[in-house]
Amino acid sequence: MTTTTLAVLVPLLPFLGAATGLLLGRTAPGYVRPLAILPTLAAAVIAVVVAARQGGGPAIDASTRLTPTGSVPIDLALHLDGFAVLVAVLVGLVATCVQIYSTAYLRHDPRYPSYAALVSLFTSAMLLVVYSGDVMVLLVGWEVMGICSYFLVGHYWETPEARAASLKAFLVTKLGDVPFLIGLFALAADTGTFRITGILGAVANGGLDHPTLIALLLLAGVAGKSAQFPLHTWLPDAMAGPTPVSALIHAATMVAAGIYFVARLLPVFAESGAALVVLAVMAAVTMIGSGLAALAQDDIKRVLAYSTIGQLGYMSGALAVGDRGAAVFHLLSHGAFKAVLFLAAGVVIHAAGTNSLTAMSRMGGLARRIPDAYWTMTVALLALAAIPPFAGFFSKEAILVAAEHTALGERHVAPAAAGWTVLVAGLLAAVLTAAYATRLWLLAFRGRGAEAPDHGRQPAAMTTVLWVLAIPTIGFGLTVGVITDWFDGHSLTPSVTTAVLSTGVGLVGGLVTYGAWHHTMALAARTPAGAVVAHPEAEPALIEAEAMTHHTAGYGDAPGTPDPADPGRLLLGPLHRHAATGFHLDALYATLFVRPVQAAASLVRFLDREVVDTYVRGSGTGARWLGTAVRRAQTGNVQTYLSALLAGSLVLAIAAVVFANVNAGS
Amino acid sequence: MHLAYPAVLAALLFCTGLYGVLARRNAILVLMSVELMLNAVNLNLVAFDVWLRDALHSGQALTLFTIAIAAAEIGIGLAIVLAVHRNRGSSDVDRLRDTAETDAAESLPGDEDDTTGTEDQATAPAGKAKKAEATA
Amino acid sequence: MTLAAAAAHPGFLSPTGIEIAFVLVGVATIGAALITVTTKQLVHAALWLVVALGGLAVEYLLLTAEFIAWVQVLIYVGSVVVLLLFGLMLTKAPIGRSPDADSENRWAALGVAVAAAAALVWVVVDAFRTTWIDLDGPAHGSTETTGAFLFRQWVLPFEALSVLLLAALVGAIVLSRKRSKEQS
Repeated sequence: MTTTTLAVLVPLLPFLGAATGLLLGRTAPGYVRPLAILPTLAAAVIAVVVAARQGGGPAIDASTRLTPTGSVPIDLALHLDGFAVLVAVLVGLVATCVQIYSTAYLRHDPRYPSYAALVSLFTSAMLLVVYSGDVMVLLVGWEVMGICSYFLVGHYWETPEARAASLKAFLVTKLGDVPFLIGLFALAADTGTFRITGILGAVANGGLDHPTLIALLLLAGVAGKSAQFPLHTWLPDAMAGPTPVSALIHAATMVAAGIYFVARLLPVFAESGAALVVLAVMAAVTMIGSGLAALAQDDIKRVLAYSTIGQLGYMSGALAVGDRGAAVFHLLSHGAFKAVLFLAAGVVIHAAGTNSLTAMSRMGGLARRIPDAYWTMTVALLALAAIPPFAGFFSKEAILVAAEHTALGERHVAPAAAGWTVLVAGLLAAVLTAAYATRLWLLAFRGRGAEAPDHGRQPAAMTTVLWVLAIPTIGFGLTVGVITDWFDGHSLTPSVTTAVLSTGVGLVGGLVTYGAWHHTMALAARTPAGAVVAHPEAEPALIEAEAMTHHTAGYGDAPGTPDPADPGRLLLGPLHRHAATGFHLDALYATLFVRPVQAAASLVRFLDREVVDTYVRGSGTGARWLGTAVRRAQTGNVQTYLSALLAGSLVLAIAAVVFANVNAGS
Repeated sequence: MHLAYPAVLAALLFCTGLYGVLARRNAILVLMSVELMLNAVNLNLVAFDVWLRDALHSGQALTLFTIAIAAAEIGIGLAIVLAVHRNRGSSDVDRLRDTAETDAAESLPGDEDDTTGTEDQATAPAGKAKKAEATA
Repeated sequence: MTLAAAAAHPGFLSPTGIEIAFVLVGVATIGAALITVTTKQLVHAALWLVVALGGLAVEYLLLTAEFIAWVQVLIYVGSVVVLLLFGLMLTKAPIGRSPDADSENRWAALGVAVAAAAALVWVVVDAFRTTWIDLDGPAHGSTETTGAFLFRQWVLPFEALSVLLLAALVGAIVLSRKRSKEQS
C-alpha cells in the first residue's frame, strides 16, 4: 500500500471503530472492548509506518475534490510533513494507552460503550486534524473534537460539576471558534484557496493582504482550543471528566490542536509582527499565571490542568518567536509526560480515595501501595520540571534557545520584543513549574499519618500503560539528534547558557519548595484532614466521581482550604487566595457575561410567561367560557332543541323569501 | 273558490300543531299535535289537487297514503310512549333528559325537576352514572 | 254524496256560498285545534281533536274530495282518537285539570308558532291571492274516481303501504309487550 493509502486509514479506522461501537454497544457488549482498542492500536501502528516512510523528507500531498463550491473549492487533502506524522504517532500512542487504561478504569461503568466510542471518534477527529491538508476539513475535525470533549467531560452527568464543566468547555471553545471561522474565511478570501500548501504558497508570494487581522482572528480560536489566556478557564473545570479523558483530551491531543494549527500556518502568523507579539504576551501571561495558580490548587487534577495550560503557554511562546520545530517538539514530549501524569493521577486517586492533596498529605505509605504510579509519576514530574536528561528538558530548552536567539537578534522571524517576553516569562515559569511539581510530589507521596487503604494491586491494564508512556518520557529527548529530519532539518539541541540557566532556576524552585514543605510539614499533624470515599472497593471511575462530589463538601472551595501545612500557601503568601481561584477570572466572566445573559434570559422568560402566555391562556379561557355557554343550551329537553331548530329554519325561510322578492323586484 | 282559503287554513292549522308539539308536556298530547300538522298538510294536498285537476290525482292518493302512514305512526308512537311510561313512570317529554349536558360541578337550573322528581328518582342516579362514565 | 251532487249542479249553492261555508267551518276547525293544544284537561284535548278533525272532513267535502272525507272520519275520528284516548288512560293521565299540562317551553313555542304562522300566511296569501279553484264539473274525489285512480295508477304504492302497515302492527306489538322476564 502506498503511504497515502495508509495515511487515509489512520483517521478512518478509529472512526469505523466508533461507529461500530455505537451501533453494537447495546446488542453485543462483548465486542465493545476489542472495538475500542484494536482500531486505535492499528491506527497507531499505521501512523508509525507512515512516519517511517515519510522519513522527514519533503511533504507528501494528495487530494481529491470534495466540494466544488464555485468560488473557493474544498478538498479532501492530505498534507504529510514531518510534524504531521510525528504528532499522529503521539496521538495514536496516547489514544491506545488511554483506551487500554479505560478498560480497567471504567470496567463496570454502564456507559462504557458510548464512552469508548466517543474516545475513538475523538481520536479519529484529532488524526483528521493532524493529517488534513485543507483547513475546512481540518475545521470539521476540530469541531468534532469539541463536541466529543463536551460529551466526555460530561460523562458523570449526574454530578452538577460535570454538567457545568461540559457546558463551559463547549461554550468557551465555541466562543473562540467563531472568530476562528471568520479568520479562515478571510484567509481563503485573501489567498483564494483552503489548501494549506496553497495558502503557504500565496503567503510566500506576498499574497496576504490583511495578515494581522487574519492572524488575530485565528489566534482567538487557538486560544480557545489550546486553553490560552484569556480563554483558558474551561480547562481546569474540565477535570470533572474521567481521568483517562483528561489524559487524552486535556493533556495530549485536543488542546494541542491549536498549537499544531499555528505551527502548520506559521508563515501566516509570521507575516504579522503584531500578531506574534500578541501571541508572546498571551503565552507569557498564560505561563506565569497558570504556574501561580497550579501552586495553589488542592485538587491533584486541577494542578495538572493548570500545568497543562502553562506548558501550552510554552508552546505558544515558541510559536511567538517563530520556531515551530521547538513548539511541536515540546508538544510531543509534553503529550507523553502529561499523559503519564494524568493516568498516574488516576491511579493515585483510586488508591487514596480522594483527589485532595491536603488529604493525601495526611496519608502515609501511598507510594508503597502504588509503586508503578509512584515511579512513573516521579519521572514525569522530573520531565515536567525540565530536569535533564528527561524529555521535557530538551523540548523546553529548544524553546528557550529560540527565544534567546530572537531576543538577541540572531533570528529575524519574530520581533525581539517577543523574544524577550518569551525568554523572561519562560524562565520565571520554569521556577514555578519546578515548584508546583515538587509540591505535588511531596504532598502526594511524602504524606505522613494514617496508612493509605489497601486496595490490592492496581489492574495491569492501568499500570502497564504507565510504563509504556514512561519510555518516551525518559527517552524522547535523547533522540533530539536523530529526529531533526522531521523538524524541517532544524537543530533542536540545547545551548549551554540556557541549559544551565533553566536547570538552575528549576532546581532553585524545587529546593525552595522542599524547604517550605519541610518547614510546614510539622504543622500538618495539628490540622487533621482526611476523607475517603464511601465505596473504596468500587471501580476507579466511581471512586473519582465520588471524590469529586465530596471534595467541595469536605474541604470547601480551594481558597478556603484551611491547610497551613501546604507549602504553596507559604510560598505564595497573600497571592495564594487569588491564585487558588485562578485570579478571579471566572468571577469576572460571570459578572461581565453570565449575569447579563441571565438577566436577558429572565427578561425573555418574563415576557414569555407573563405576556405571551396571557394570550395563550386567554384564548383557552375564552374557549372554555364559550363551551360553558354552549353547554348550558344542552338541556336535554327535546322541545327546546326542536324550538331552536324550527326558529332557525323559519329565519332561513323568511330570509330566502325576502331575498327572492328583493331580487325579483330589482 | 279562492285557493287562499284552504291554503291559509292549512297554514294556521299547521302552526297550531307546531305550537302544540313545542309546548305540550304530555307525550300523547304531542302526538295529537302531530296529527294536527299532518292534517294541515293533507288539506293542502287535497286543495291543490282540486285546483290543478291532476289526471293522476296525485294529491288525493298521497293524502290517503298519509292518512294510512299517520295511523301507523300513531300506533308505533303510542307503543313507544307506553314503553317509556312503563320504564320511567312518566310520559312527560321534558323529563326525559338523559342527554342533558350536566355534571356534579355544574347543575343547570332546568335540571332540578330531574333530580327532585319523585317517581323517577331511581332512574336519575343511573342516568348520572352513565353520564359520568361517558365523560370520564 | 248529496253535497257532491250539489257541487256538481251549479246554482244549488253559489260559489260564494261554498266559500262562506268553508270559512265558517274553517274558523270552527281552527278554534277546536287551538283548544286542543291549550286545554288543561287532557281528555278534553282528545275530544276537541275530534271536533277539529271532523271540521277538516267537512272541508274535504267542500273541496269535493268525498272519499277522503269519509276516510278521514273513519280513520282519524274513529280509530286514531280512540287510540289516543286509550293511550291517555294507559299512561294514567289525570282526569280533570292538570296545571302542568304545558311545559316551560311554551313561550318560546308561542313565539316560533306565531312567527311561522305570520310568515306562512304572508307567503301563501301573497302567492295565491288571485288563484281560483274551479269546483264545477264532475267531482274529483268521488268513491268511484278514487277507486279508479288508486287501483289503476297507484296500486303498487298501495300494496307497499299494506306491507308498511303490517310492519307497524308488528312493531307496535313488540314495543308494547310486557317483558315479564326483565321485570321479574
